[in-house]
Amino acid sequence: MGYTVDARGLSCPQPVMMTLDAIKRYGSGEIEVMVDTDTSKENVIRLAQSQGWHVISVDPDGIGYKIKISK
Amino acid sequence: MALGTGFFASKKGIITVGAIIGILAPILQKLGNPKNMGICVACMERDIAGALGLHRAEVVQYMRPEIIGFVLGSLIAALIFKEFRPRAGSAPIVRFFLGVFAMIGALVFLGCPWRALLRLAGGDGNAILGILGLAAGIWIGTFFLKSGYSLGRTQGTYSSVGWLMPLTMMAFLAFLLIFPQEQGKPKSGILFYSLQGPGAQHAPLLISLGVGLLVGFLAQRTRFCTMGAIRDLILFRQIHLLSGVIALVILAFVTNLILGQFSPGFKDQPIAHNMHLWNFLGMLLAGLAFCLAGGCPGRQLFLAGEGDGDAAVFVWGMIVGAAFAHNFGLASSPKGIGPYGIAGVIVGLAFCIFVGLTMRQKQQ
Repeated sequence: MGYTVDARGLSCPQPVMMTLDAIKRYGSGEIEVMVDTDTSKENVIRLAQSQGWHVISVDPDGIGYKIKISK
Repeated sequence: MALGTGFFASKKGIITVGAIIGILAPILQKLGNPKNMGICVACMERDIAGALGLHRAEVVQYMRPEIIGFVLGSLIAALIFKEFRPRAGSAPIVRFFLGVFAMIGALVFLGCPWRALLRLAGGDGNAILGILGLAAGIWIGTFFLKSGYSLGRTQGTYSSVGWLMPLTMMAFLAFLLIFPQEQGKPKSGILFYSLQGPGAQHAPLLISLGVGLLVGFLAQRTRFCTMGAIRDLILFRQIHLLSGVIALVILAFVTNLILGQFSPGFKDQPIAHNMHLWNFLGMLLAGLAFCLAGGCPGRQLFLAGEGDGDAAVFVWGMIVGAAFAHNFGLASSPKGIGPYGIAGVIVGLAFCIFVGLTMRQKQQ
């Protein structure tokens, strides 16, 4: 069972900070991050990769995206 | 198209865009914009406030086409790449006052982060104090962010909300075309025009507008942000945005050298004063306000162009803040700080600390 971060509607840098918090808290596994702008999508992907996590999928979700990352 | 998005999101993309801005800004100066002010979002919004008669500082009144271009260029990019997202509702009144005090801080220093970089690239040593202040203000802002500071969530909303700022800029462009500057006259129709001083210095309208559109387009694609560059370095040790900012400074420096616009020193720098403490503290206030609002003044314009109604409110805060700054004697001049500049900075810092401490989401 993965974890979910709902960062929809939040502006920079909060989606990235919330994702980083989750990465630090859980250490490994699967995290689903929900964002609603392309900027947040790019920033979350950039952060995940810089932390050594893999981006499994990026799917449209309403007006935003669901990003699945894992380690 | 996917490839295009990939390039703009890459480090090469942000460096390329920073370099392009770095080349274009000094060229705008060569073509008529004030010295070390090829692009200055704060100064140009201040000139717009003057053109609309919101303040009566006669030397800084011009409807700057670059600002119009920034918003409309971003709009065009957002529409082409399907990123136009009308959204609003995240503490707009707080964003308005963050804009007001960001502008007051910037006008104590005499420039926004963009101009601080261009002043540095032109040899103005006083910019070093401003950039250090900017970094210090952002550093303070990161403490608030780490302790849970948030302006709250935006909501998706009607298209018309997202279109309002671009439509306003189209109206401003229409004003410029309907009421063009008349030789030797301080007013044309509803617009005020400076006859001397920085407001009287400007590149030809179409060139300014074209550069604004290009920069707005490219910055929307790459998310170029001068505040985010320093914030991301402090918070995440990321240099993605910073690499674009460094490219801007280097290319602006080289372009200034080629155009004979590089003049190193602290004294008699164009549209600058050398009261070091207030250069530092003015930009500290601006940096803190930009950090709490989530973007530098340029980024707020680009966000407004892609439908962010809250960023649009911040922009209006800056325009009204410029009017306050000149009407109340808060803005500096080359002679030094204004009579009430110190009070303006103190009140602004108190406001930012109040907001930073009280707008915190409870930790889960």
